[in-house]
Amino acid sequence: MNEIVVDGEPLPYTEGQTVAAALVAAGRVAWRTTRVGHRPRGVFCGIGVCFDCLVTVDGARGQRACLVPARPGMTVTTLEGDDD
Amino acid sequence: MTEPADLVVVGAGPAGMAAAATALAGGLRVALLDSGTALGGQYWRHPPEHARAAVPTDDLHHGLDRYRALCRALAAHRTAGRLDLRLEHHAWSAVREGDGFAVHAADRREAPRETAVVLRAPRLLVATGAYDRQLPFPGWDLPGVLTAGGMQALLKGGSVAAGSRVALGGTGPFLLPVAAGLAARGVEVVAVCEAAHPRAWLRHPGPLLSNPDKWAEGAGYAATLVRHRVPVRPRTAIVAAEGGERVTSVRIASLAPDGSPRPGTERRVEVDAVGVGWGFAPQLDLLVPLGASLTDSADGNAVVAVDRGQRTTVPGLYAAGETCGVGGAALAVNEGRLAAASVLADARATTVPMNRRLAALRSAVDRQRAFARAMALAHPVPPAWSSWLTDETVVCRCEEVTAGAIRTARADGAPDHRQIKQLTRAGMGWCQGRMCGPAVHCLTTRHRAYEPAERLVATPVTLGALADLDEDPPVSTASPVSAASPVPATSTEPTDSSETDKECP
Repeated sequence: MNEIVVDGEPLPYTEGQTVAAALVAAGRVAWRTTRVGHRPRGVFCGIGVCFDCLVTVDGARGQRACLVPARPGMTVTTLEGDDD
Repeated sequence: MTEPADLVVVGAGPAGMAAAATALAGGLRVALLDSGTALGGQYWRHPPEHARAAVPTDDLHHGLDRYRALCRALAAHRTAGRLDLRLEHHAWSAVREGDGFAVHAADRREAPRETAVVLRAPRLLVATGAYDRQLPFPGWDLPGVLTAGGMQALLKGGSVAAGSRVALGGTGPFLLPVAAGLAARGVEVVAVCEAAHPRAWLRHPGPLLSNPDKWAEGAGYAATLVRHRVPVRPRTAIVAAEGGERVTSVRIASLAPDGSPRPGTERRVEVDAVGVGWGFAPQLDLLVPLGASLTDSADGNAVVAVDRGQRTTVPGLYAAGETCGVGGAALAVNEGRLAAASVLADARATTVPMNRRLAALRSAVDRQRAFARAMALAHPVPPAWSSWLTDETVVCRCEEVTAGAIRTARADGAPDHRQIKQLTRAGMGWCQGRMCGPAVHCLTTRHRAYEPAERLVATPVTLGALADLDEDPPVSTASPVSAASPVPATSTEPTDSSETDKECP
Protein backbone atom coordinates (compact mmCIF):
# COMPACT_ATOMS: atom_id res chain seq x y z
CA MET A 1 0.00 0.00 0.00
CA ASN A 2 1.28 3.47 -0.90
CA GLU A 3 1.23 6.17 1.75
CA ILE A 4 1.48 9.92 1.95
CA VAL A 5 2.02 11.72 5.26
CA VAL A 6 -0.76 14.13 6.17
CA ASP A 7 -0.10 16.36 9.18
CA GLY A 8 2.38 13.76 10.42
CA GLU A 9 0.04 10.79 10.05
CA PRO A 10 0.36 8.17 7.31
CA LEU A 11 -2.54 8.10 4.85
CA PRO A 12 -2.89 5.23 2.38
CA TYR A 13 -3.74 5.96 -1.24
CA THR A 14 -4.18 4.06 -4.47
CA GLU A 15 -1.68 4.76 -7.24
CA GLY A 16 -3.13 7.34 -9.62
CA GLN A 17 -5.19 9.19 -7.03
CA THR A 18 -4.70 12.86 -6.27
CA VAL A 19 -4.05 14.13 -2.76
CA ALA A 20 -7.69 15.29 -2.61
CA ALA A 21 -8.98 11.89 -3.75
CA ALA A 22 -6.88 10.18 -1.08
CA LEU A 23 -8.24 12.51 1.61
CA VAL A 24 -11.86 12.03 0.50
CA ALA A 25 -11.38 8.27 0.23
CA ALA A 26 -10.22 8.34 3.85
CA GLY A 27 -13.44 10.11 4.83
CA ARG A 28 -11.97 13.60 5.18
CA VAL A 29 -14.11 16.27 3.55
CA ALA A 30 -12.57 19.35 5.22
CA TRP A 31 -8.92 20.23 5.79
CA ARG A 32 -8.74 23.99 5.81
CA THR A 33 -10.55 26.95 7.37
CA THR A 34 -11.30 30.24 5.70
CA ARG A 35 -9.63 33.49 6.66
CA VAL A 36 -12.70 35.57 7.53
CA GLY A 37 -15.39 33.23 8.81
CA HIS A 38 -13.10 30.33 9.78
CA ARG A 39 -15.40 28.06 7.81
CA PRO A 40 -14.24 24.50 7.15
CA ARG A 41 -13.38 23.75 3.53
CA GLY A 42 -12.28 20.77 1.48
CA VAL A 43 -12.68 19.78 -2.15
CA PHE A 44 -15.42 21.57 -4.11
CA CYS A 45 -14.79 21.75 -7.88
CA GLY A 46 -12.34 18.85 -8.02
CA ILE A 47 -10.65 20.14 -11.20
CA GLY A 48 -8.42 22.99 -10.06
CA VAL A 49 -10.78 25.92 -10.61
CA CYS A 50 -12.07 26.89 -7.14
CA PHE A 51 -9.00 26.76 -4.83
CA ASP A 52 -11.05 25.47 -1.88
CA CYS A 53 -8.84 22.39 -1.39
CA LEU A 54 -5.52 24.16 -0.78
CA VAL A 55 -2.80 22.30 1.11
CA THR A 56 0.94 22.54 1.62
CA VAL A 57 2.80 19.81 -0.31
CA ASP A 58 6.42 19.03 0.53
CA GLY A 59 6.73 22.52 1.98
CA ALA A 60 5.18 24.31 -0.99
CA ARG A 61 2.13 26.27 0.09
CA GLY A 62 -1.03 27.02 -1.85
CA GLN A 63 -1.21 23.70 -3.70
CA ARG A 64 -4.55 22.50 -5.02
CA ALA A 65 -4.97 19.03 -3.55
CA CYS A 66 -7.26 18.03 -6.45
CA LEU A 67 -4.45 18.54 -8.98
CA VAL A 68 -1.42 17.05 -7.24
CA PRO A 69 -0.99 13.30 -7.76
CA ALA A 70 -0.13 11.51 -4.51
CA ARG A 71 3.40 10.09 -4.45
CA PRO A 72 5.04 7.78 -1.92
CA GLY A 73 6.33 9.69 1.09
CA MET A 74 4.83 13.01 -0.02
CA THR A 75 4.22 15.25 2.99
CA VAL A 76 0.97 17.17 3.11
CA THR A 77 0.19 19.83 5.67
CA THR A 78 -3.32 21.14 5.90
CA LEU A 79 -3.80 24.85 6.30
CA GLU A 80 -5.34 26.72 9.17
CA GLY A 81 -6.39 29.71 7.13
CA ASP A 82 -6.06 31.46 3.79
CA ASP A 83 -3.29 33.72 4.99
CA ASP A 84 -1.01 31.21 6.70
CA MET B 1 10.08 16.31 -31.22
CA THR B 2 12.91 18.73 -31.96
CA GLU B 3 11.50 20.65 -34.93
CA PRO B 4 9.14 23.57 -34.29
CA ALA B 5 5.44 22.85 -34.19
CA ASP B 6 3.10 24.09 -36.90
CA LEU B 7 0.24 24.20 -34.42
CA VAL B 8 -0.13 24.39 -30.65
CA VAL B 9 -3.32 22.86 -29.25
CA VAL B 10 -4.22 23.78 -25.67
CA GLY B 11 -6.51 21.24 -24.07
CA ALA B 12 -6.47 17.47 -24.64
CA GLY B 13 -10.15 16.76 -24.13
CA PRO B 14 -12.44 15.54 -26.91
CA ALA B 15 -12.01 18.71 -29.03
CA GLY B 16 -8.26 19.06 -28.58
CA MET B 17 -7.55 15.36 -29.14
CA ALA B 18 -9.63 15.29 -32.32
CA ALA B 19 -8.07 18.53 -33.57
CA ALA B 20 -4.54 17.31 -32.93
CA ALA B 21 -5.22 13.94 -34.57
CA THR B 22 -6.68 15.58 -37.69
CA ALA B 23 -3.87 18.14 -37.98
CA LEU B 24 -1.26 15.39 -37.56
CA ALA B 25 -2.97 13.22 -40.15
CA GLY B 26 -2.78 16.20 -42.49
CA GLY B 27 0.99 16.36 -42.10
CA LEU B 28 1.41 19.11 -39.51
CA ARG B 29 3.65 18.97 -36.47
CA VAL B 30 1.62 19.53 -33.34
CA ALA B 31 2.32 20.45 -29.73
CA LEU B 32 -0.59 19.36 -27.51
CA LEU B 33 -0.69 20.39 -23.88
CA ASP B 34 -3.07 19.72 -21.03
CA SER B 35 -3.05 20.21 -17.28
CA GLY B 36 -4.30 16.66 -16.64
CA THR B 37 -2.25 13.55 -15.99
CA ALA B 38 -3.86 11.72 -18.91
CA LEU B 39 -5.43 12.42 -22.28
CA GLY B 40 -9.19 12.90 -22.25
CA GLY B 41 -10.03 16.19 -20.52
CA GLN B 42 -12.91 16.16 -18.08
CA TYR B 43 -15.27 14.11 -20.26
CA TRP B 44 -12.85 11.23 -20.74
CA ARG B 45 -11.05 11.86 -17.49
CA HIS B 46 -8.87 8.89 -16.62
CA PRO B 47 -6.25 8.02 -14.03
CA PRO B 48 -2.69 8.28 -15.39
CA GLU B 49 -1.69 5.44 -17.74
CA HIS B 50 0.40 3.58 -15.18
CA ALA B 51 -2.49 3.48 -12.68
CA ARG B 52 -5.32 2.24 -14.87
CA ALA B 53 -5.15 -1.29 -13.53
CA ALA B 54 -5.23 -0.08 -9.91
CA VAL B 55 -8.08 2.37 -10.50
CA PRO B 56 -10.53 0.84 -12.96
CA THR B 57 -12.98 3.48 -14.23
CA ASP B 58 -13.77 2.38 -17.79
CA ASP B 59 -17.32 1.44 -16.85
CA LEU B 60 -18.05 5.09 -15.98
CA HIS B 61 -17.36 6.30 -19.50
CA HIS B 62 -19.34 6.87 -22.65
CA GLY B 63 -17.84 6.71 -26.13
CA LEU B 64 -14.65 4.98 -25.05
CA ASP B 65 -14.11 3.47 -28.51
CA ARG B 66 -13.66 6.94 -29.92
CA TYR B 67 -11.35 7.91 -27.05
CA ARG B 68 -9.17 4.85 -27.60
CA ALA B 69 -9.01 5.45 -31.34
CA LEU B 70 -7.87 9.03 -30.76
CA CYS B 71 -5.32 7.84 -28.17
CA ARG B 72 -3.93 5.31 -30.64
CA ALA B 73 -3.68 7.89 -33.41
CA LEU B 74 -1.91 10.36 -31.14
CA ALA B 75 0.44 7.68 -29.81
CA ALA B 76 1.46 6.73 -33.36
CA HIS B 77 2.26 10.34 -34.27
CA ARG B 78 4.15 10.77 -31.02
CA THR B 79 6.28 7.73 -31.81
CA ALA B 80 6.89 9.17 -35.26
CA GLY B 81 8.15 12.37 -33.65
CA ARG B 82 5.42 14.60 -35.02
CA LEU B 83 3.46 15.10 -31.78
CA ASP B 84 4.93 16.92 -28.80
CA LEU B 85 2.55 15.81 -26.01
CA ARG B 86 2.79 17.79 -22.79
CA LEU B 87 0.62 16.43 -20.00
CA GLU B 88 0.61 18.12 -16.57
CA HIS B 89 1.44 21.39 -18.33
CA HIS B 90 -0.72 24.28 -17.15
CA ALA B 91 -1.05 26.99 -19.79
CA TRP B 92 -1.17 30.33 -18.04
CA SER B 93 -0.85 32.76 -20.92
CA ALA B 94 -0.99 32.87 -24.70
CA VAL B 95 0.37 35.90 -26.52
CA ARG B 96 0.97 37.09 -30.06
CA GLU B 97 4.62 36.85 -30.98
CA GLY B 98 5.65 37.94 -34.45
CA ASP B 99 3.48 36.13 -36.96
CA GLY B 100 2.55 33.42 -34.49
CA PHE B 101 1.79 32.67 -30.88
CA ALA B 102 3.71 31.86 -27.74
CA VAL B 103 1.96 29.74 -25.12
CA HIS B 104 3.42 29.99 -21.64
CA ALA B 105 2.93 26.95 -19.45
CA ALA B 106 4.03 25.64 -16.09
CA ASP B 107 5.34 22.08 -16.28
CA ARG B 108 4.07 20.47 -13.06
CA ARG B 109 5.07 16.85 -13.67
CA GLU B 110 7.18 17.10 -10.54
CA ALA B 111 4.55 19.05 -8.57
CA PRO B 112 4.82 21.01 -6.41
CA ARG B 113 8.03 21.86 -8.28
CA GLU B 114 7.27 23.96 -11.31
CA THR B 115 9.22 24.63 -14.49
CA ALA B 116 8.31 27.33 -17.00
CA VAL B 117 7.91 26.25 -20.63
CA VAL B 118 7.19 28.26 -23.78
CA LEU B 119 5.64 26.59 -26.81
CA ARG B 120 5.62 28.54 -30.08
CA ALA B 121 3.83 28.02 -33.37
CA PRO B 122 2.37 30.07 -36.19
CA ARG B 123 -1.11 28.78 -35.30
CA LEU B 124 -2.92 28.22 -32.02
CA LEU B 125 -6.03 26.18 -31.29
CA VAL B 126 -7.70 26.68 -27.92
CA ALA B 127 -9.85 23.80 -26.66
CA THR B 128 -9.90 24.54 -22.94
CA GLY B 129 -13.43 23.30 -22.28
CA ALA B 130 -15.67 24.44 -19.46
CA TYR B 131 -16.31 23.98 -15.78
CA ASP B 132 -19.47 23.63 -13.69
CA ARG B 133 -21.58 26.74 -13.45
CA GLN B 134 -22.64 27.28 -9.86
CA LEU B 135 -25.44 29.15 -8.15
CA PRO B 136 -25.01 29.81 -4.44
CA PHE B 137 -27.56 28.64 -1.90
CA PRO B 138 -27.51 28.59 1.90
CA GLY B 139 -24.92 26.04 3.03
CA TRP B 140 -23.31 25.50 -0.38
CA ASP B 141 -19.89 26.12 1.13
CA LEU B 142 -20.20 23.31 3.68
CA PRO B 143 -17.65 20.53 3.24
CA GLY B 144 -19.27 17.61 1.44
CA VAL B 145 -21.05 19.91 -1.01
CA LEU B 146 -19.23 19.56 -4.33
CA THR B 147 -19.83 20.53 -7.90
CA ALA B 148 -21.43 17.71 -9.85
CA GLY B 149 -18.36 17.72 -12.07
CA GLY B 150 -16.10 17.52 -9.03
CA MET B 151 -17.92 14.42 -7.89
CA GLN B 152 -17.49 12.88 -11.29
CA ALA B 153 -13.82 13.89 -11.42
CA LEU B 154 -13.20 12.05 -8.15
CA LEU B 155 -15.01 9.02 -9.56
CA LYS B 156 -13.46 8.92 -13.01
CA GLY B 157 -9.97 9.99 -11.97
CA GLY B 158 -9.58 8.04 -8.76
CA SER B 159 -12.64 5.80 -8.33
CA VAL B 160 -13.53 7.71 -5.17
CA ALA B 161 -17.13 8.40 -4.13
CA ALA B 162 -17.55 11.70 -2.30
CA GLY B 163 -20.15 10.22 0.05
CA SER B 164 -22.34 7.22 0.72
CA ARG B 165 -25.70 9.01 0.68
CA VAL B 166 -25.79 11.74 -1.94
CA ALA B 167 -28.28 14.27 -3.30
CA LEU B 168 -27.71 15.86 -6.69
CA GLY B 169 -29.24 19.12 -7.86
CA GLY B 170 -29.19 21.78 -10.53
CA THR B 171 -30.20 21.46 -14.14
CA GLY B 172 -29.17 19.71 -17.32
CA PRO B 173 -28.55 16.20 -18.62
CA PHE B 174 -25.12 16.09 -16.97
CA LEU B 175 -26.71 15.27 -13.62
CA LEU B 176 -27.74 11.87 -15.04
CA PRO B 177 -24.30 10.37 -15.75
CA VAL B 178 -23.08 11.65 -12.39
CA ALA B 179 -25.99 9.95 -10.65
CA ALA B 180 -25.48 6.77 -12.69
CA GLY B 181 -21.75 6.72 -11.93
CA LEU B 182 -22.29 7.17 -8.21
CA ALA B 183 -24.99 4.47 -8.18
CA ALA B 184 -22.66 2.12 -10.06
CA ARG B 185 -20.11 2.59 -7.24
CA GLY B 186 -22.64 1.61 -4.59
CA VAL B 187 -23.58 5.13 -3.51
CA GLU B 188 -27.17 5.66 -2.39
CA VAL B 189 -28.34 8.55 -4.55
CA VAL B 190 -31.34 9.79 -2.59
CA ALA B 191 -32.56 12.34 -5.14
CA VAL B 192 -31.67 13.96 -8.44
CA CYS B 193 -33.30 17.40 -8.25
CA GLU B 194 -33.75 18.76 -11.77
CA ALA B 195 -34.99 22.34 -11.76
CA ALA B 196 -36.39 22.12 -15.28
CA HIS B 197 -39.18 19.89 -16.54
CA PRO B 198 -38.62 17.36 -19.34
CA ARG B 199 -41.69 18.79 -21.09
CA ALA B 200 -39.54 21.79 -22.03
CA TRP B 201 -37.77 19.56 -24.57
CA LEU B 202 -41.01 19.06 -26.48
CA ARG B 203 -40.80 22.66 -27.65
CA HIS B 204 -37.76 21.65 -29.72
CA PRO B 205 -38.88 18.62 -31.74
CA GLY B 206 -36.43 19.19 -34.60
CA PRO B 207 -33.19 18.87 -32.64
CA LEU B 208 -34.72 16.01 -30.67
CA LEU B 209 -35.51 13.95 -33.75
CA SER B 210 -32.22 14.67 -35.51
CA ASN B 211 -29.98 13.59 -32.60
CA PRO B 212 -31.09 10.05 -31.75
CA ASP B 213 -27.66 9.19 -30.33
CA LYS B 214 -28.22 11.72 -27.56
CA TRP B 215 -31.43 10.00 -26.61
CA ALA B 216 -29.81 6.61 -26.67
CA GLU B 217 -27.18 7.91 -24.25
CA GLY B 218 -29.85 9.42 -22.01
CA ALA B 219 -31.86 6.21 -22.07
CA GLY B 220 -28.79 4.29 -20.94
CA TYR B 221 -28.39 6.51 -17.89
CA ALA B 222 -32.12 6.37 -17.18
CA ALA B 223 -32.00 2.56 -17.21
CA THR B 224 -29.12 2.59 -14.73
CA LEU B 225 -31.02 4.98 -12.47
CA VAL B 226 -34.17 2.85 -12.58
CA ARG B 227 -32.11 -0.26 -11.80
CA HIS B 228 -30.62 1.43 -8.75
CA ARG B 229 -33.96 3.02 -7.78
CA VAL B 230 -32.58 6.54 -8.02
CA PRO B 231 -35.46 9.03 -7.98
CA VAL B 232 -35.22 11.86 -10.54
CA ARG B 233 -37.44 14.74 -9.42
CA PRO B 234 -38.36 17.25 -12.12
CA ARG B 235 -38.89 20.89 -11.21
CA THR B 236 -37.30 20.54 -7.79
CA ALA B 237 -34.18 22.07 -6.32
CA ILE B 238 -31.83 21.75 -3.39
CA VAL B 239 -32.53 25.14 -1.81
CA ALA B 240 -30.30 24.72 1.27
CA ALA B 241 -27.61 22.49 2.71
CA GLU B 242 -27.28 22.08 6.46
CA GLY B 243 -24.65 20.84 8.84
CA GLY B 244 -21.79 21.92 11.07
CA GLU B 245 -18.32 20.72 10.11
CA ARG B 246 -19.81 19.01 7.06
CA VAL B 247 -23.12 18.68 5.28
CA THR B 248 -25.59 16.40 7.02
CA SER B 249 -28.86 17.24 5.26
CA VAL B 250 -30.38 19.20 2.41
CA ARG B 251 -33.68 20.98 1.99
CA ILE B 252 -35.47 20.10 -1.21
CA ALA B 253 -38.40 22.10 -2.59
CA SER B 254 -40.72 21.89 -5.56
CA LEU B 255 -40.32 24.84 -7.89
CA ALA B 256 -42.83 27.10 -9.57
CA PRO B 257 -42.09 27.65 -13.29
CA ASP B 258 -39.99 30.73 -12.45
CA GLY B 259 -37.81 28.73 -10.08
CA SER B 260 -39.19 30.02 -6.80
CA PRO B 261 -39.87 27.34 -4.16
CA ARG B 262 -43.53 26.41 -3.81
CA PRO B 263 -44.61 27.22 -0.26
CA GLY B 264 -45.16 24.17 1.89
CA THR B 265 -43.28 21.73 -0.35
CA GLU B 266 -39.92 21.92 1.39
CA ARG B 267 -38.60 18.77 3.02
CA ARG B 268 -35.36 17.77 4.66
CA VAL B 269 -33.34 14.79 3.47
CA GLU B 270 -30.32 13.39 5.30
CA VAL B 271 -27.17 13.08 3.19
CA ASP B 272 -23.41 13.00 3.66
CA ALA B 273 -22.55 14.62 0.33
CA VAL B 274 -24.20 16.86 -2.25
CA GLY B 275 -23.41 17.50 -5.92
CA VAL B 276 -24.67 20.59 -7.71
CA GLY B 277 -24.33 22.00 -11.21
CA TRP B 278 -26.23 24.49 -13.35
CA GLY B 279 -24.74 23.76 -16.71
CA PHE B 280 -21.24 24.92 -17.50
CA ALA B 281 -19.18 28.09 -17.92
CA PRO B 282 -16.74 28.08 -20.85
CA GLN B 283 -13.06 28.50 -20.00
CA LEU B 284 -12.16 31.59 -22.06
CA ASP B 285 -9.09 32.75 -20.15
CA LEU B 286 -6.61 32.30 -23.01
CA LEU B 287 -8.95 33.66 -25.68
CA VAL B 288 -10.12 36.93 -24.15
CA PRO B 289 -6.67 38.54 -23.70
CA LEU B 290 -5.78 37.61 -27.31
CA GLY B 291 -8.66 39.82 -28.41
CA ALA B 292 -10.97 37.12 -29.78
CA SER B 293 -14.50 38.45 -30.16
CA LEU B 294 -17.22 36.88 -28.04
CA THR B 295 -20.83 36.17 -28.85
CA ASP B 296 -23.92 35.31 -26.84
CA SER B 297 -24.88 31.69 -26.32
CA ALA B 298 -28.40 30.51 -25.59
CA ASP B 299 -27.39 29.37 -22.10
CA GLY B 300 -26.54 32.83 -20.74
CA ASN B 301 -22.80 32.57 -21.37
CA ALA B 302 -20.67 34.61 -23.68
CA VAL B 303 -18.66 32.21 -25.84
CA VAL B 304 -15.90 32.75 -28.37
CA ALA B 305 -17.18 33.72 -31.81
CA VAL B 306 -16.05 31.39 -34.58
CA ASP B 307 -16.80 31.13 -38.29
CA ARG B 308 -17.99 27.99 -40.07
CA GLY B 309 -14.45 26.66 -39.88
CA GLN B 310 -13.89 27.33 -36.15
CA ARG B 311 -11.69 30.38 -36.86
CA THR B 312 -11.88 33.08 -34.21
CA THR B 313 -11.73 36.76 -35.17
CA VAL B 314 -7.96 36.70 -34.49
CA PRO B 315 -5.97 35.50 -37.53
CA GLY B 316 -4.26 32.18 -36.79
CA LEU B 317 -6.33 31.54 -33.66
CA TYR B 318 -8.88 28.72 -33.68
CA ALA B 319 -11.24 27.37 -31.04
CA ALA B 320 -13.21 24.16 -30.63
CA GLY B 321 -15.39 22.52 -28.02
CA GLU B 322 -17.11 24.16 -25.08
CA THR B 323 -15.27 27.49 -25.49
CA CYS B 324 -17.52 27.95 -28.56
CA GLY B 325 -20.66 27.06 -26.59
CA VAL B 326 -21.42 24.16 -24.31
CA GLY B 327 -22.61 21.23 -26.41
CA GLY B 328 -21.03 17.98 -25.26
CA ALA B 329 -18.24 15.68 -26.35
CA ALA B 330 -19.57 14.49 -29.71
CA LEU B 331 -19.93 18.08 -30.90
CA ALA B 332 -16.52 18.95 -29.45
CA VAL B 333 -14.87 16.13 -31.44
CA ASN B 334 -16.46 17.33 -34.67
CA GLU B 335 -15.54 20.95 -33.99
CA GLY B 336 -11.98 19.87 -33.28
CA ARG B 337 -11.81 18.09 -36.63
CA LEU B 338 -13.34 21.07 -38.40
CA ALA B 339 -10.90 23.47 -36.74
CA ALA B 340 -7.96 21.31 -37.76
CA ALA B 341 -9.27 21.16 -41.34
CA SER B 342 -9.24 24.97 -41.34
CA VAL B 343 -5.72 25.03 -39.92
CA LEU B 344 -4.59 22.69 -42.71
CA ALA B 345 -6.29 24.80 -45.36
CA ASP B 346 -4.92 28.07 -43.97
CA ALA B 347 -1.41 26.67 -43.46
CA ARG B 348 -1.20 25.72 -47.11
CA ALA B 349 -2.56 29.11 -48.10
CA THR B 350 -4.72 27.49 -50.70
CA THR B 351 -8.43 27.20 -50.97
CA VAL B 352 -9.37 23.68 -50.06
CA PRO B 353 -12.47 22.67 -51.97
CA MET B 354 -15.39 21.66 -49.82
CA ASN B 355 -15.24 17.89 -50.03
CA ARG B 356 -17.86 15.44 -48.94
CA ARG B 357 -16.14 14.71 -45.63
CA LEU B 358 -15.92 18.38 -44.69
CA ALA B 359 -19.55 18.92 -45.68
CA ALA B 360 -20.59 16.00 -43.48
CA LEU B 361 -18.62 17.42 -40.56
CA ARG B 362 -20.25 20.81 -40.90
CA SER B 363 -23.66 19.25 -41.17
CA ALA B 364 -23.01 17.22 -38.00
CA VAL B 365 -21.80 20.32 -36.16
CA ASP B 366 -24.93 22.24 -37.24
CA ARG B 367 -27.18 19.41 -36.07
CA GLN B 368 -25.37 19.04 -32.73
CA ARG B 369 -25.31 22.82 -32.18
CA ALA B 370 -29.08 22.87 -32.64
CA PHE B 371 -29.35 20.18 -29.98
CA ALA B 372 -27.08 22.16 -27.66
CA ARG B 373 -29.29 25.21 -28.13
CA ALA B 374 -32.40 23.18 -27.36
CA MET B 375 -30.66 21.82 -24.25
CA ALA B 376 -29.80 25.34 -23.10
CA LEU B 377 -33.37 26.52 -23.60
CA ALA B 378 -34.85 23.45 -21.90
CA HIS B 379 -32.53 23.74 -18.88
CA PRO B 380 -32.27 27.44 -18.07
CA VAL B 381 -31.01 28.94 -14.85
CA PRO B 382 -34.35 29.54 -13.07
CA PRO B 383 -35.07 33.28 -13.08
CA ALA B 384 -36.12 33.32 -9.40
CA TRP B 385 -33.20 31.25 -8.06
CA SER B 386 -32.04 34.18 -5.94
CA SER B 387 -35.14 33.76 -3.77
CA TRP B 388 -33.27 30.83 -2.14
CA LEU B 389 -30.60 33.17 -0.82
CA THR B 390 -30.55 34.74 2.60
CA ASP B 391 -28.54 37.87 3.29
CA GLU B 392 -26.00 35.67 5.10
CA THR B 393 -25.49 33.25 2.19
CA VAL B 394 -21.89 33.33 0.99
CA VAL B 395 -21.79 34.06 -2.74
CA CYS B 396 -18.04 34.54 -3.28
CA ARG B 397 -16.44 31.56 -1.58
CA CYS B 398 -12.88 32.92 -1.68
CA GLU B 399 -13.52 36.37 -0.21
CA GLU B 400 -16.61 35.27 1.75
CA VAL B 401 -18.81 38.00 0.33
CA THR B 402 -22.47 37.52 1.22
CA ALA B 403 -25.62 37.93 -0.82
CA GLY B 404 -26.55 40.78 1.51
CA ALA B 405 -23.35 42.66 0.65
CA ILE B 406 -23.99 42.17 -3.06
CA ARG B 407 -27.60 43.32 -2.77
CA THR B 408 -26.40 46.44 -0.94
CA ALA B 409 -23.82 47.18 -3.62
CA ARG B 410 -26.44 46.70 -6.29
CA ALA B 411 -28.82 49.03 -4.45
CA ASP B 412 -25.98 51.55 -4.37
CA GLY B 413 -25.96 51.46 -8.17
CA ALA B 414 -23.39 48.82 -9.15
CA PRO B 415 -24.51 47.82 -12.67
CA ASP B 416 -22.58 44.59 -13.23
CA HIS B 417 -20.30 41.95 -11.72
CA ARG B 418 -17.20 44.02 -12.35
CA GLN B 419 -18.47 46.96 -10.32
CA ILE B 420 -19.73 44.59 -7.63
CA LYS B 421 -16.20 43.22 -7.47
CA GLN B 422 -14.73 46.65 -6.92
CA LEU B 423 -17.22 47.44 -4.17
CA THR B 424 -17.36 44.11 -2.33
CA ARG B 425 -14.28 42.03 -3.37
CA ALA B 426 -16.59 39.34 -4.81
CA GLY B 427 -14.44 37.64 -7.45
CA MET B 428 -11.19 39.10 -6.17
CA GLY B 429 -9.86 36.01 -4.42
CA TRP B 430 -7.99 32.90 -5.45
CA CYS B 431 -10.43 31.64 -8.07
CA GLN B 432 -10.67 35.13 -9.60
CA GLY B 433 -14.43 34.99 -9.89
CA ARG B 434 -14.60 31.71 -11.75
CA MET B 435 -17.02 30.27 -9.17
CA CYS B 436 -19.09 33.35 -8.25
CA GLY B 437 -18.86 35.32 -11.51
CA PRO B 438 -21.93 33.87 -13.26
CA ALA B 439 -24.00 34.14 -10.06
CA VAL B 440 -22.97 37.73 -9.32
CA HIS B 441 -23.71 38.54 -12.94
CA CYS B 442 -27.21 37.02 -12.62
CA LEU B 443 -27.78 38.99 -9.41
CA THR B 444 -27.01 42.26 -11.18
CA THR B 445 -27.50 42.01 -14.94
CA ARG B 446 -29.80 39.42 -16.36
CA HIS B 447 -30.41 40.92 -19.75
CA ARG B 448 -27.09 40.03 -21.33
CA ALA B 449 -24.76 37.05 -21.46
CA TYR B 450 -22.11 36.57 -18.79
CA GLU B 451 -18.66 37.63 -19.94
CA PRO B 452 -15.84 36.61 -17.62
CA ALA B 453 -13.39 39.26 -16.50
CA GLU B 454 -10.18 39.46 -18.52
CA ARG B 455 -7.55 37.51 -16.60
CA LEU B 456 -4.01 37.91 -17.85
CA VAL B 457 -2.87 34.86 -15.89
CA ALA B 458 -5.09 31.85 -16.59
CA THR B 459 -3.76 29.68 -13.78
CA PRO B 460 -1.33 30.35 -10.92
CA VAL B 461 2.33 30.40 -11.80
CA THR B 462 5.22 30.88 -9.44
CA LEU B 463 6.82 34.30 -9.28
CA GLY B 464 10.18 32.59 -9.74
CA ALA B 465 9.08 31.08 -13.04
CA LEU B 466 7.79 34.48 -14.16
CA ALA B 467 11.10 36.11 -13.24
CA ASP B 468 13.06 33.49 -15.18
CA LEU B 469 11.06 34.25 -18.30
CA ASP B 470 12.54 37.75 -18.42
CA GLU B 471 15.91 36.26 -19.27
CA ASP B 472 15.28 35.97 -23.01
CA PRO B 473 14.28 32.34 -23.40
CA PRO B 474 15.91 30.74 -26.44
CA VAL B 475 13.68 30.60 -29.49
CA SER B 476 12.66 27.02 -29.97
CA THR B 477 9.50 25.05 -29.89
CA ALA B 478 9.86 24.38 -26.20
CA SER B 479 12.07 26.31 -23.85
CA PRO B 480 12.39 24.87 -20.38
CA VAL B 481 13.31 27.51 -17.87
CA SER B 482 14.87 26.62 -14.56
CA ALA B 483 12.65 25.60 -11.68
CA ALA B 484 11.35 28.22 -9.36
CA SER B 485 10.50 28.19 -5.71
CA PRO B 486 6.75 27.93 -5.33
CA VAL B 487 4.75 30.77 -3.87
CA PRO B 488 1.16 30.66 -2.68
CA ALA B 489 -1.55 30.67 -5.28
CA THR B 490 -2.33 34.24 -4.34
CA SER B 491 0.35 35.18 -6.80
CA THR B 492 -2.51 35.43 -9.29
CA GLU B 493 -4.02 38.29 -7.42
CA PRO B 494 -2.02 41.10 -9.05
CA THR B 495 -3.77 40.26 -12.32
CA ASP B 496 -6.86 41.58 -10.74
CA SER B 497 -5.71 45.15 -10.85
CA SER B 498 -5.32 44.76 -14.58
CA GLU B 499 -9.03 44.91 -15.13
CA THR B 500 -9.40 47.49 -17.78
CA ASP B 501 -11.42 50.65 -17.72
CA LYS B 502 -13.14 49.65 -20.92
CA GLU B 503 -15.14 47.07 -18.99
CA CYS B 504 -16.86 49.61 -16.78
CA PRO B 505 -17.95 52.49 -18.96
